[in-house]
Amino acid sequence: MTRFKWLVPTLYIIFLMLPIYWLLCMSFKTTNEILGSFTLWPERFTLDNYRRILTDPTWYGGYINSLIYVVLNTIISVLAALPAAYAFSRYRFAGDKHLFFWLLTNRMAPSAVFALPFFQLYSAIGLFDTHIAVAIAHCLFNVPLAVWILEGFMSGVPRELDETAFIDGYSFGRFFIRIFIPTIAAGIGVAAFFCFMFSWVELLLAKTLTSVDAKPIAATMTRTASTSGYELGLLAAAGSLTMIPGAVVIYFVRNYIAKGFALGRV
Amino acid sequence: MKTENPKAWFLVLPVVVLVAFNAVIPLMAVVNYSVQETFGNNEFFFEGVKWFREVMTSQRFRDALSRQIFFTSIILLIEIPLGVIIALAMPHRGWGVSVCLVLMAMPLLIPWNVVGAIWNIFALPDIGLLGHSLNKLGWDYNYTRQPIAAWFTLVAMDVWHWTSLVVLLCYAALTAIPDAYYQAARIDGASRWAVFRRIQLPKMKRVLIIAVLLRFMDSFMIYTEAVVLTGGGPGNATTLLSIDLVKIALGQFDLGPAAAMSLIYFLIILLLSWIFYAVMTRDELE
Amino acid sequence: MARIRLQDLAHSYHPNPSDDRDWALRGVDFVWDDGGAFALLGPSGCGKTTLLNLISGLLRPTKGRIVFDEQDVTMLEPRVRNIAQVFQFPVVYDTMTVYENLAFPLRNRGVQPEVVDRRVRSVASALGLDASLNNRARALTADAKQKISLGRGLVRQDVSAILFDEPLTVIDPHLKWRLRSELKALHQQSPFTMIYVTHDQTEALTFADQVVVMNEGEVIQIGTPAALFDRPNHTFVGHFIGSPGMNLLPVSVDQAGVVRFEGYAIQNSSRGSGENLAAKGLQIGVRPEFVRLQREGIPVNLVRVIDAGHMRILEFRHGEHSIKMVLSESSAIPDRTPYFLGFEPNRAHLYADGWIVA
Repeated sequence: MTRFKWLVPTLYIIFLMLPIYWLLCMSFKTTNEILGSFTLWPERFTLDNYRRILTDPTWYGGYINSLIYVVLNTIISVLAALPAAYAFSRYRFAGDKHLFFWLLTNRMAPSAVFALPFFQLYSAIGLFDTHIAVAIAHCLFNVPLAVWILEGFMSGVPRELDETAFIDGYSFGRFFIRIFIPTIAAGIGVAAFFCFMFSWVELLLAKTLTSVDAKPIAATMTRTASTSGYELGLLAAAGSLTMIPGAVVIYFVRNYIAKGFALGRV
Repeated sequence: MKTENPKAWFLVLPVVVLVAFNAVIPLMAVVNYSVQETFGNNEFFFEGVKWFREVMTSQRFRDALSRQIFFTSIILLIEIPLGVIIALAMPHRGWGVSVCLVLMAMPLLIPWNVVGAIWNIFALPDIGLLGHSLNKLGWDYNYTRQPIAAWFTLVAMDVWHWTSLVVLLCYAALTAIPDAYYQAARIDGASRWAVFRRIQLPKMKRVLIIAVLLRFMDSFMIYTEAVVLTGGGPGNATTLLSIDLVKIALGQFDLGPAAAMSLIYFLIILLLSWIFYAVMTRDELE
Repeated sequence: MARIRLQDLAHSYHPNPSDDRDWALRGVDFVWDDGGAFALLGPSGCGKTTLLNLISGLLRPTKGRIVFDEQDVTMLEPRVRNIAQVFQFPVVYDTMTVYENLAFPLRNRGVQPEVVDRRVRSVASALGLDASLNNRARALTADAKQKISLGRGLVRQDVSAILFDEPLTVIDPHLKWRLRSELKALHQQSPFTMIYVTHDQTEALTFADQVVVMNEGEVIQIGTPAALFDRPNHTFVGHFIGSPGMNLLPVSVDQAGVVRFEGYAIQNSSRGSGENLAAKGLQIGVRPEFVRLQREGIPVNLVRVIDAGHMRILEFRHGEHSIKMVLSESSAIPDRTPYFLGFEPNRAHLYADGWIVA
C-alpha cells in the first residue's frame, strides 16, 4: 500500500492543475474558437489576448494598481506590527491579553459587513479611489495577522539577546534594527508573505473603495464581462496574468513555506 | 519572562490606531444604522431593536443562514480529512517536496474573483472542461440552472481553493515529528494505524484546531468566489450570508436592516468561533 | 539474549559510493558476546549511530551480514529481530498512560493480557515506575520518560539485545549518574546484551566491560577500559581516551635501533627491530600519568600549571613540543629547575602512521 503513496499527492496536484490548465488554454484561444467548438488545447494558438492586455492602459493599469496597494499594505502592516509584536512578546501591560484577543477578532470580520461603512468612511475623509485607501483598509485583517505571526517568532528569541545588547550599550532603536530584526528575518518574511497574499486576493473591499484611478484588475475583469459581452479569451488571459505575482512569491519563499506555516507557535 | 512596562503602549499604538480606525469607526456606524430608521433626506429616527427583530424573524435571513451552515459543514467535513490524508502522503525529503509545496500553494494565491472566474468557465456545460466532460459521461449537468449542480460546483471550487491550506498546516506539523518516534514505533512493532493514531494525530492536534477554526471562519464569510461563480443562483439556491448581506446593503440601500444583519452575522461568527475554540482546547488544559 | 556477529559490515548513505568518504561505515567484522555490556565510543560522525541502526534493523546495510546466534537477520525488519532501542531523547506515546506505553510492544505482538500485565508490572517495579503506572506519559520528567523507553524494551522477554543511542543526552547532570547506576544494576540482574553508544568517555569507561572505539567509520580498537588506557592501538584512541589525552612526540630510530626524541633515547614497549621502521610518521605516545621528573633526561621548561580538581596538569615545553604531566593535588611541585623528564618504562608506546608497533 505504501508503494502507491505517491499517487495521493499526484492525483491531488492534477486536480489542482486542471482548472488552471483550462484557463491558460483558453487564454491562448480566440473567443470564436472557445465559443464555437470544444477543443482540449488551442487549435489556433494566439497571443492576441495577451497583446491586448499588455498594450491597453485600462487593462495593465489594473495590475499596476493592485500591485501598488498590495505592496503599500504589506509595508504598512509589517512596519506597524513589528513594535507591537515586540511589546506583546516582551512586556506585560494593562489590557495586553484583551488587546491581543481583540486584534484577532478582526481577522474574523466578514468583509461584507464592512463594505458599505468603509465606502462611507473613506469617502468622508476624501480617500475614495486611492491606493492608500485600499492599503489602509486591508490593514483591518492583515495587521492582526502580522502581529500574531511576528509575536510567535519573537517569542522564540531568548530575552538574553535583548539584555545583552542593552548591557553592551545599544539604544533600543539600534538594538532593534541592527540585532533583533536580522534574528527574526524569517518571521518577517513569513508575515510579509501572508500580508501580500491576503491583500492580493481580497477583492470586495478593493472594489468598493475604488472606481477609476486605483481600480484593481478585478474590477476591470468584471466590467469586461458585462459590458462587452463574453470576451472569454481576454478574461482568461487577464486571469492568467494575475497568477504570476503569486507564483513568483511562492517560488521565492518555497523553502520557508513549511516552516512558515508552523508559525513558530504551532 | 515578561516584564511589566506601561510604556509598551507606545509600541502598540500604531497597530491600535490602524485597526481601530478600520474596525471601530465603521462598526459604530453600523451600530448606529442598526437602531435607526431613515426615510431619506438624512433624517434618522431611533427605532431600537426593531431591525434586529425584523431580521431574525425574516424567512429570508433564516434561509440564508441555514444555507450557510450547510455549506460550512460540508466544507469542513471534506477539507479537513482530505487535507490530513494528503499531508500524510506527502514526501518528507527530496525534490518532490518543493514541487509539491509550490504547486499546492498555487490556488491559495489566486485573487478570489479569478478563482470564481476559473470555475465559472471550467464548469460551463458546453465549453468548460468539467461541464463538458460530465455531460459527456451521461450526467445532465448545468450549474447555471440546477441548484444541486450549483451546490456541487460551489463545494468543488472551495475544496479546490482551500484544501491546500489544511494540507500545508498539517504537513508542517508532521515534518516536525522527529524520526526517532517512527523508529521506536518500528521497533515496537506498531501497525500503520497505530502509528497514525498514537504518534501523528496527537502531534497534529494543535494544527488541526487552527485549520478548523480558519476554515470555519473563512467559509462562513465567503463572498467573492461564490458571487463570481453563481451570483447566488440559480434563483437564490446558493445565496449564502455574505451574498445576501451585500445584496441588501449595497443594492437596496436598506441601511437599517442591513446594519442589523451585519451585526448579527458578526456576532454569530464570534460566538461559534469561541465555542469551537473552547471545545477543542478543553482537553489540552486537562 | 543473543550473540551478535557482524560480518564485513559496511554502509553508505550515497546511492553510488565512489571513494572512502562516501562510506559511513567501513568494513566492521566483530562479535558481540551474549550478555555483555559494550560501549561504542567515538566522536560525532564516526558511524556509531549508523552501526546501531544497522544492528536494530532500522537500516539495511550496503554490504555485509548480521547474524543473531545462528540466524542471518540482515534483511529482517526490526520487529522480527527482537531488538530494543533507546534513543537520544525520550520517545513516549503521549496519549497513553505509562502502563499502556509499557504494554504497547507486547500488545502489538498479540501477547495474552495476563502475561502482559505480569510483565509490565515486573518491569515497572524494576525501574521504579510502579507509582506512576496510571499517569499520562506526557506529564513525566525526562528521566522518567527515558525509563519508559527502556521499559518498552525490557518487557519483551525474548529481547536479544538492548541498544542505547546516547540516552542520557537530555537528562539533567545530577540524574545522569543515578540513571547510569540503575542501568548497571539492571544489567547485573538480567544480563541482556547491551550496546551503549556515547561520545562521552566517562560514560563508556565506567559502564562497559568492553569498549569499542570508532573513528571515521572504522573500528579502531576493542578492549576493556584498562586495556584501552594502558595500550591504545592507535594514536586516536590514545588522544580520545584519558583526560588529558596521551602525549605524542615525533621520534626517529637510529642505526642501533634506539628510538630517539630530539636525540634523547626513549625506552618503549616496541619489540620491533629497526629495519621495519622507515622514516614515515613515527611517534612516541605516553600518557601524562606515566611522565615523571628525573635527574637527567629530556630538558624542558615549565610553561603552565592547570588545576583540574583532584589533580594538577603540568605543561612542559621542549622547543616547540609540549609534554603534559599529571600530579595529584597533594604533591608539591618540585622546585628544581632545570627540569628533566623521563617516562616510566614500558609505558611509552611506539606508533608508526598512527598505529602501534608491537
